[in-house]
Amino acid sequence: MKEFKYVITDPEGIHARPAGILVKQAAGYQSTVKITKGEKSADAKRIFGVMGLGVKTGEEITITVEGADEDTAAAELETFFKENL
Amino acid sequence: MITISGKSVFGGVSIGKLLFYQRNNKVIKRTHVDDVDAEWKRFQEAKDTAVEQLKGLYDKALADVGEANAMIFEIHQMMLEDLDYLESIENIIRTQEVNAEYAVATTADNFAKMFAAMDDAYMQGRAADVKDVSERVLDILCGVDTGFKEMTEPCIIAADDLAPSETVQLDKSKVLGFATQYGSSNSHTAILARTMNIPAVIGLGEGLLKEYSGRDAIIDGFTGTLYIDPDEKTLKEMQEKREKDLEQKALLEQLKGKENVTKSGQKINVYANIGNVSDLGAVLKNDAGGIGLFRSEFLYLENSDFPTEEQQFAVYKQVAESMAGKKVIIRTLDIGADKQVDYFGLDKEDNPALGYRAIRICLTRPEIFKTQLRALYRAAVFGNISIMFPMIISVSEVLRIKEIIAEVKGELKSEGIPYKEDVELGIMIETPASVMISRDLAKEVDFFSVGTNDLTQYTLAIDRQNSKLDEFYDPHHPAVLAMIKMAAESAHAEGAWIGICGELGADLELTEEFLKMGLDELSVSPSMVLPLRKRIRECE
Repeated sequence: MKEFKYVITDPEGIHARPAGILVKQAAGYQSTVKITKGEKSADAKRIFGVMGLGVKTGEEITITVEGADEDTAAAELETFFKENL
Repeated sequence: MITISGKSVFGGVSIGKLLFYQRNNKVIKRTHVDDVDAEWKRFQEAKDTAVEQLKGLYDKALADVGEANAMIFEIHQMMLEDLDYLESIENIIRTQEVNAEYAVATTADNFAKMFAAMDDAYMQGRAADVKDVSERVLDILCGVDTGFKEMTEPCIIAADDLAPSETVQLDKSKVLGFATQYGSSNSHTAILARTMNIPAVIGLGEGLLKEYSGRDAIIDGFTGTLYIDPDEKTLKEMQEKREKDLEQKALLEQLKGKENVTKSGQKINVYANIGNVSDLGAVLKNDAGGIGLFRSEFLYLENSDFPTEEQQFAVYKQVAESMAGKKVIIRTLDIGADKQVDYFGLDKEDNPALGYRAIRICLTRPEIFKTQLRALYRAAVFGNISIMFPMIISVSEVLRIKEIIAEVKGELKSEGIPYKEDVELGIMIETPASVMISRDLAKEVDFFSVGTNDLTQYTLAIDRQNSKLDEFYDPHHPAVLAMIKMAAESAHAEGAWIGICGELGADLELTEEFLKMGLDELSVSPSMVLPLRKRIRECE
């Protein structure tokens, strides 16, 4: 299992557009990808779940990746967050 | 004449017949089905058709309004393929043995409620997206035609609210404007209206009646007003307003991309002043060469506590990135005087204009100042940021600022946080003192920016809020112009550049004089960029 934390810097938070790109990105991995904010978590491959977390700018989320390609997935997702959110 | 007020989402005036958009109303009934497998399959086929349609809409939107705005239709496809959404529908069909229509409508309601209950206006607005995609599937299941009936003449479209898919399907050459009863300025319809340059007013409420369909109407997108059956006087006023707006837009087209250069070849930079991230659109639309004054106060005024370094960093980064390498001059905190913030805990003063404000707060409460500087130096990595300090009267203040900057950079370095080493630094010239010692100040900084509002007030000793003093007030007072000239000579003698970011910069009667003084930059409100460019190009 791989895990990293990230603080959202996009002023609009995880709004529809980046949520869409994130779901697309996450769907490309075999591993499960989970996003946790406080006590709530969501499957990063499900757009309603991701948007339902309502992550705002300045908030910290934890991304947990588990599965066969977890190393690549975690590394690529970390880059993804830095570039898009 | 009937006048209805709403909220403007895009400026402009449109005059024409109102057409009230009637949606095909479907009544969804709950019926029992025996073969749940067949019903689930019927739903899946309808869903696949809907996804195909959305792909088509995506392509249309991509061509009409660009990738960023078209993305919504890709997100709509994802919503239809979302496992939570599908599981809910399948579950309802199978366990309750009911028709697909009922399962879709119920699921859509539940998901829309989830968004509506979120504590964020943007996310609340997404309830409309869930309903929009579900409506599409329901239309297919019920065999109802979607979309607008052919419009024969250009009209103002009225509706309760418009879904993004409905907005995009419209034949744009036939749409004069949008008027809706509901909707938010965050709705995609509002965003699309702005992108397509269509005057739009939303939130007109129940006052907008269906029976107005077919009547003469005017949308004033500047004030957010809808007139039904306008009287002569209003019609004439609105026609004039419309023409003025079109002229301005024509000017824009004509001058976009052109240089700010006089007939004899003298060039000057024309930048824009902004007070919030939301002004960025206007800066880009009006083709400003950069941002000459970004007032950072809104970060403090809109917060109930000191804005964090991350909050500030995100904003500065966004502005720098949006301007894509063009200069962005950010002025540090200018609180005090007429701009008060409770959490600063400032005392009431008898003479706030001469009081504890701006750099004086920053230098005595360095913890506030350092947070802002850290955010600025970090964000500078992402674009062409310059930093400007307000209310300077002494060289020692500039030296103290530089010490604090050195501390901030040292801290960032030891923490391993990326920052830009060399950021252009400038000061506001807004006190007579700063003008008198401008030669010494120019040795310490890269640029001056003249804040003419305060400089005029301090030079003439006239309070601009007091209308009794109007007869004594001369905005072109020779003393003020002499101050600007002196500052310009000092700046240039020491290899610094100088601009104006106050109201005088946009005063077209003075443009020629400023060019003669050799000013390097004028920063004005976004809407003044092109009129000023026009004036410059007329000068010798």
